[in-house]
Amino acid sequence: MEKVKAGSPALSVPAKAAKKPGKTLKALRENHPLLIMVFPAVLVVFLFNYLPIYGVLIAFQDFMPGDKIFSDTTIWIGFQNFTRFFTDVQFWPLMKNTFLLCIIGFVIGFPLPIIISLMLNSMKGKRTAKILQTIFNGPHFISLVVLVGMLTLFFGRYGLVNNIAAGMGFDRVSYFLESSAFRPLYILSSNWQDFGWSAIIYIAALSNVDPGQHEAAILDGATRFQRMLHVDLPAILPMVSVMLIMSIGGLMGVGYEKALLMQTDGNLGVSELIATYVYKQGLTGIPNQSYATAIGLFNSIINVVLLIIANTTSKKFSETSLW
Amino acid sequence: MATKKSAPIKNTTGDKVFYIINALFLGLMALIVLYPLYFIVIASISDPDAVLAGKVILYPVQITFSGFQKILERTDIWRGYLNTIIYTVLTVVLALIVTVPAGWALSRKTTPGKKALMIYFIIPMFFGGGLIPFYNVMSSLGLVNTMWAVILPSILSVWNLFMTKTFFESSIPDGLVEAAKIDGAGEYGLFFTIVLPLSKAILAVMALYYAIGQWNSYFNAMIFLQDETMYPLQLVLKEILIASESTTGGSGETILEQYRLANQIKYVSVIVSSVPVLMLYPFVQKYFSQGVMIGSLKG
Repeated sequence: MEKVKAGSPALSVPAKAAKKPGKTLKALRENHPLLIMVFPAVLVVFLFNYLPIYGVLIAFQDFMPGDKIFSDTTIWIGFQNFTRFFTDVQFWPLMKNTFLLCIIGFVIGFPLPIIISLMLNSMKGKRTAKILQTIFNGPHFISLVVLVGMLTLFFGRYGLVNNIAAGMGFDRVSYFLESSAFRPLYILSSNWQDFGWSAIIYIAALSNVDPGQHEAAILDGATRFQRMLHVDLPAILPMVSVMLIMSIGGLMGVGYEKALLMQTDGNLGVSELIATYVYKQGLTGIPNQSYATAIGLFNSIINVVLLIIANTTSKKFSETSLW
Repeated sequence: MATKKSAPIKNTTGDKVFYIINALFLGLMALIVLYPLYFIVIASISDPDAVLAGKVILYPVQITFSGFQKILERTDIWRGYLNTIIYTVLTVVLALIVTVPAGWALSRKTTPGKKALMIYFIIPMFFGGGLIPFYNVMSSLGLVNTMWAVILPSILSVWNLFMTKTFFESSIPDGLVEAAKIDGAGEYGLFFTIVLPLSKAILAVMALYYAIGQWNSYFNAMIFLQDETMYPLQLVLKEILIASESTTGGSGETILEQYRLANQIKYVSVIVSSVPVLMLYPFVQKYFSQGVMIGSLKG
């Protein structure tokens, strides 16, 4: 985490506040209303983000719900929960399910919004482009519960796909009980829901492209397609890098709320992810909080490592990095 | 290079082909987005038997509003609706109180300890304690099985905070702040009488983001609320829409009959629950163009 603390150029701010001690006090007196304004946010983040980080200590304890994190009776067990997870029969299936779902989802879901934004941007009718963009954004506002509900209505045993198939004499297949259908359904529905929304950020970047560059390219005889590849695309590449780093950093964390909704006894073999397993171990049945916390911590650490790798790589090959 | 002068060849054949293919592809994407939504609407007002027979594909068959009549009798849905409205309104009000002044403070050069504050807010974007420690914190704060367990963790998103900060940085000129100071405005006066009236765009967008986030969420409610009368709409919908798919018991006839009725309710409940959110969006979309989105990039 030290690296993150170094602060990103994009996010950090010139520390212009006066350096002299006497002035610091004066600045504090003059500007304390600003500190009061930021205080509620500091408190909320402390309660719901920092206190849980402190709470990961129970991953290294034999902890029962209701115990205090530090007390005379606390039993410290070191890395036992981690070694237990690495030797759990579920370990490799969970790793495989999580990685595959995220990587296939990433390979499809990352380029799609970029392509869509480039295409929308090169449309002739700007009004039509605007209307299309509004349509593409729509599904983003549908809740996960409704989205998965819609999936069951389309792909369930008595859903649209099966109703049409049955009408043509085919057998009904409950896609929700088929493990082979889980990943395609999950990934395609995620893309359906969010490709338009994810394109917004690129569309905004494209609107900043200097029209002069296009005029110059037209003078050189470039077609619209060539201009898309050689004027528009380079203009959004820095944004693409930033988004790439961010999504690699979040690779292992995404989508467990949706996976949980899509799980059935039939597809559990591929739909059980590290994060859904954490939920089940820690909050359902006979809860095993220390073990679940250790698994969750393992997952977060993978994420931070991925983020650092992605950022370092990006820094090496391009000018872009988060910090 | 002699042709340079005559260059503005607006539409070469190649360009025409490109524009057509481009438009066709985007049109196809629009169809893919719209058809499922359209189907839900026509299925909800069609005869359930026709839907089940696969006859409803392009237009409603034997139009009936019996599904909507049945849903009027579902007290669980309307109670969920009411709960969700309460949770959403409280979330938005508290979120604006927490997010907007903090975003303003972080956008000001004179805020003491600004750099440390930024780092403090950035860290949780990349690292968290995870689900179980979060649950335990909520539990020791005494929030489990209260509506505050659903509301309080949702009143600040660091993303939104930074978006607000960037909005202020790019849309409130320093000169304005200095002029107000010279006129004798205090920090609070400046914020409430000058900055806020100029910030309707960010207020609208933030209210929309927080409202939709709360309206659509189910997970915190699922883990923190035990009392069914407190369930928000999404949790009620979860029972209606999703729970029945995996049950495979019973004879063929009764299952079919159950599906017939259950599916109609499902189509209707999807509509009833999503319409408020989808209606809200076009009204707020106009604000997106006012630099809010571009602001978020520099975030």
